[in-house]
Amino acid sequence: MLVGDDMNLSEKNMKIDRRGFLSNLLKGAACIVTVASLPRLALAAWNEKAFKAETLEGAMSSKYPGLEFVDSSAIKLKAPAIAENGAVVPVGVKTDLPDVKTISLFVEKNPSPLAATFHLTPINVADVSIRIRMGETSNLIAVVESGGKLHRVQQEVKVTIGGCGG
Amino acid sequence: MALVKRRLKIKVGAVFFSLLVLCALASADAASDSSPDFKAMVQQDVDAFRTYFKVRFSKVAFAEYKNGVYAIDSASREQWLEMEDFPPYEFAVDEGEELFEMPFANGKTYADCFANGGEGIRQNYPYFDSQQGEVITLELAINKCREANGEKPLAYKKGPLAAISAYMASTSEGNKFAVEVPDEAAYQAYVEGKKFFYSKRGQLNFSCADCHLRVAGQKLRADITSPALGQPTGFPVYRAKWEELGTLHRRYAGCNKNIRAKPLPAQGRAYRNLEYFQSVMSQGLEINGPSSRK
Amino acid sequence: MKIKAKVKKDITKVKMLIKHDMETGRRKDQDGNIIPGLYITEVSASHNDQPVFYAEVGQAVSKDPYMAFSFKGGASGDKISITWKDSSGATETGEAAIK
Repeated sequence: MLVGDDMNLSEKNMKIDRRGFLSNLLKGAACIVTVASLPRLALAAWNEKAFKAETLEGAMSSKYPGLEFVDSSAIKLKAPAIAENGAVVPVGVKTDLPDVKTISLFVEKNPSPLAATFHLTPINVADVSIRIRMGETSNLIAVVESGGKLHRVQQEVKVTIGGCGG
Repeated sequence: MALVKRRLKIKVGAVFFSLLVLCALASADAASDSSPDFKAMVQQDVDAFRTYFKVRFSKVAFAEYKNGVYAIDSASREQWLEMEDFPPYEFAVDEGEELFEMPFANGKTYADCFANGGEGIRQNYPYFDSQQGEVITLELAINKCREANGEKPLAYKKGPLAAISAYMASTSEGNKFAVEVPDEAAYQAYVEGKKFFYSKRGQLNFSCADCHLRVAGQKLRADITSPALGQPTGFPVYRAKWEELGTLHRRYAGCNKNIRAKPLPAQGRAYRNLEYFQSVMSQGLEINGPSSRK
Repeated sequence: MKIKAKVKKDITKVKMLIKHDMETGRRKDQDGNIIPGLYITEVSASHNDQPVFYAEVGQAVSKDPYMAFSFKGGASGDKISITWKDSSGATETGEAAIK
């Protein structure tokens, strides 16, 4: 549904009954929402500086310049306490926080701490999964950008090398 | 209380373990006596093996042993389930299927070499070939098929052969291991494999049995060792460490290196006999290769 | 690449497995030379040609990347299309129908 479609509100408003009016308002809102998702994703691009940053602080400030961090209990970060192997660590992030714009994953001790950034739109459910590499035992930090703030949660993931697994 | 129970289980386990080792030595002698009942002796071994693990891990159902360490360790099992939800080896299985169906230069295909066109037969390997006087594993059979049709053999540890093996295993999923020891010659090979399993080797002086029977389920440095029962069912495996598929003999070589023993040639006599022994011990367990492992 | 998309209770979950080495550029070959980095940097997805997902990724994503995301709506038979782009500029697109 494109903007301009079915938007002859003045004509429709003449036959106002509350339900009809609200229904048209909602249809209009839906149009706007659909259109809004296009530019948000279309403008997103690979943030080279953030991905090449070598410190956690550098990666975070490149990715989210000027935004305020807030620790959150509304984010569910699923990651193993002890990773079977640092080459493939399954991670999931889920949250009910409203209007999530982006979800980012940082591995504090990785040579390039920013691992991934997911861009979401109102049609998404904030529930993403990925398999990442972790070079050593480290804090895994999930950041959810919602309501203009950065909601953060972290968990230590142990990565062991050697042992009889070889 | 749980700790006391566990210690008791380990003690009982240790008793069983010694019994198994004694059996191993005894059957080595028995083989030289006149016409013993090989099938009965093998069945005795199988029963003792199963009983050992049943006592050690009383809460684990027999069928679960096809899942290796994930049958006995819930923490790593969770990660493994995530991997198996969309496993990276799916690409290799597709690749294996393509390779399997591609005709040789002479127009024949792998299907011409195998029973049932090569589908659903993984559980019958390895078998003892009386004419050749040796154990034939599936991977050896794949290369024998190639050579019989004028093609060069493939490397045994990874790559295209592992992919073909994975594809063939995937067509056999759910079929139960049906590896037999039909006669004296086969029994000799079986006993060689059994001896290998129970013999200490390497600088660290460990036997397969030490890590995968005696202390299976306990931490060895940072790892929990998998139970020997069912080990071959899931091969070839995608190991996170390898970031690719690898065969059983690749793992044997790696394990031997870990205990600082000389790794032996893949598909050489020693590893084939070992695979034979392990597969006989795993009879009745479902084929579930390829699978993900640590 | 492989795509699995399933709709349940009006939410579609999409899982993808992409074949790519994700070479970090930190590994050395047998002669001690650095193997040049070559890894996926962007993944985007659309549902019936509407953008529905976009991810920036880097070297910290495992070989043969796996990712999953969800969105509201979607119906059995709808088209999911996924495109990736890597650091060399190479791209690939895959499609699947929602189950």
